[in-house]
Amino acid sequence: MLEVRGINKTFGGLKAVTNANLSVSEGKIVSLIGPNGAGKTTLFAMISGFLKSDSGSVIFNRTDITGKPPHWICQQGLVRTFQVVQPFTSLTVRENIAVGAHTRIAGRKQALAHAADVAKLVGMEGMLEQSAGDLTIAGRKRLELARALATEPKLLLLDEVMAGLNATEIHELLPVIRGIRDSGVTIFLIEHVMQAVMSLSDYTYVLNQGIMIAEGEPKDVTSSPEVIEAYLGHGAAARIAKMGGGNA
Amino acid sequence: MNERTRLFGWILLLVTLAVVPLFLHSARWIDFLEMTLFVAVLGQGWNILAGYGGQYSFGHALFFGTGAYIQALLQVKFGFSPWFAMWFAISGGALVGAFVGYLSFRYGLRGSYFALITLAFAEAFLVLSRSLKSITEGGQGVQLSLNQDPEQAIATFQFNFAGPFLSEYGFYYTIFIILLLAYGLTAWMERSRFGAQLVAVRENEDAAKALGINAFKVKMGAICLSAGITATCGVYYVQKFLFIEPGIAFGPAKSVEALFAPIIGGLGTVLGPLLGSLFIHGVGEMTKATIGQALGGRPGVDLILFGIILILVLAFLPRGLVGLLEAIWKRLTGGRNA
Repeated sequence: MLEVRGINKTFGGLKAVTNANLSVSEGKIVSLIGPNGAGKTTLFAMISGFLKSDSGSVIFNRTDITGKPPHWICQQGLVRTFQVVQPFTSLTVRENIAVGAHTRIAGRKQALAHAADVAKLVGMEGMLEQSAGDLTIAGRKRLELARALATEPKLLLLDEVMAGLNATEIHELLPVIRGIRDSGVTIFLIEHVMQAVMSLSDYTYVLNQGIMIAEGEPKDVTSSPEVIEAYLGHGAAARIAKMGGGNA
Repeated sequence: MNERTRLFGWILLLVTLAVVPLFLHSARWIDFLEMTLFVAVLGQGWNILAGYGGQYSFGHALFFGTGAYIQALLQVKFGFSPWFAMWFAISGGALVGAFVGYLSFRYGLRGSYFALITLAFAEAFLVLSRSLKSITEGGQGVQLSLNQDPEQAIATFQFNFAGPFLSEYGFYYTIFIILLLAYGLTAWMERSRFGAQLVAVRENEDAAKALGINAFKVKMGAICLSAGITATCGVYYVQKFLFIEPGIAFGPAKSVEALFAPIIGGLGTVLGPLLGSLFIHGVGEMTKATIGQALGGRPGVDLILFGIILILVLAFLPRGLVGLLEAIWKRLTGGRNA
């Protein structure tokens, strides 16, 4: 469904992403992990059209979407959320979601009605008339998700929807994301919360310093020495092995 | 405030505006109301782009002047009927809007940069209209020939020598109808997909783009609509005063007038510009009649007061008079219908 081939991006002298390849197949939850500054969000921004890549291509549903504007990519059915949530603060929750719904629905009434349905999917049905500016962080994250869902995407890119949430809130959000996948939306997510990555994803990519260093089933990937070292520093894998751990 | 109360309030307000002049037989008061409605329309034009779209123009005189000059010149130089010329004037204004919008939005100008570029264009047109004497008659301005034949009053769109009713109320009801159209259009926009997308762009352009909104296209639509309404004010001005000159057309006074009413009244609301205009003109007249008189009829006292009011509104009423009214309404109804 999504195919990224040999994509590169440099900012001045900094190589943000180098020759990254990945593919996301339909109906799956695929995750992208890596330490801070690895280039994950940059990669997302290139896929969704917010940043132009220096070279390489992005294929979505057999269409080349490399370098296309974000609104066009969204209309094709690929939508992203932002790591730093971007609610329309002076609008209500319902109006926020309706903006997403308008991508497919012209009528105002129908869009507002659809917004209420989508709110139910993410457990926001009780907050429809609340101002988005008054929401808690957990609420804003859900709203970000709901707005993206309202555009009726085929592929959803989630940039750290769990970040900043407490354990209970994460626990509540997991089934929501699974539910979205079960409704037929493919999901590609960036996540730091390992609990979420492990329990949600079917397949995982690991990015470090702009280079894809590992991929595979989540449990295999997280026990790979290369990945442990990327997170914990050189020699960490050996130390953990000596301690008889391996359950990092 | 629910939909029904709101609709009832609107009907009450519009019926009042339609009926009140019939009880006023003083030309001075009818003139006062005309100018109030004129600024209310001018303000709504600005409000569509700035209040709903978040693109703060500081040069709306550009569109007003373009509309006014096209309306005047087509009649004087080419003998067009005013009813025919006005379509060129309105679309000419919208076209200038599209031109400025294309240049600004293509290159992502926002905030103060956009304000400055609109001001620069208005100033450029001011200089051009003064110096291109062969086309615009330069600084002396363009004068429409006065029609004194009552039979031709409607054909020439000049009501000064028309029958008893038209000569007294013609221009009042003209601006009233323009107001109905402009406000109806704004109310429709507020409830449409276009309006929702425009507000989304104002709130957060990146988020809007991510949700499939072509921000460039939406902003272009807003500036054309805004400029078209503002140009209509130019048409009205020329027909009423039969005269236009560069300073009135493109000077900063009209740009300031256009933004003053909606900021005081309430940005991004349909009612805001009208409420703001009523307030400004009401207070202006009152100051002139009281403090101004006491100071020996010196002009400018109202302007000082406007400055103070503007500061107070910006400091304490970020949502303008509309926000204040909503808060009062909420308190009166105990928040039940809020």
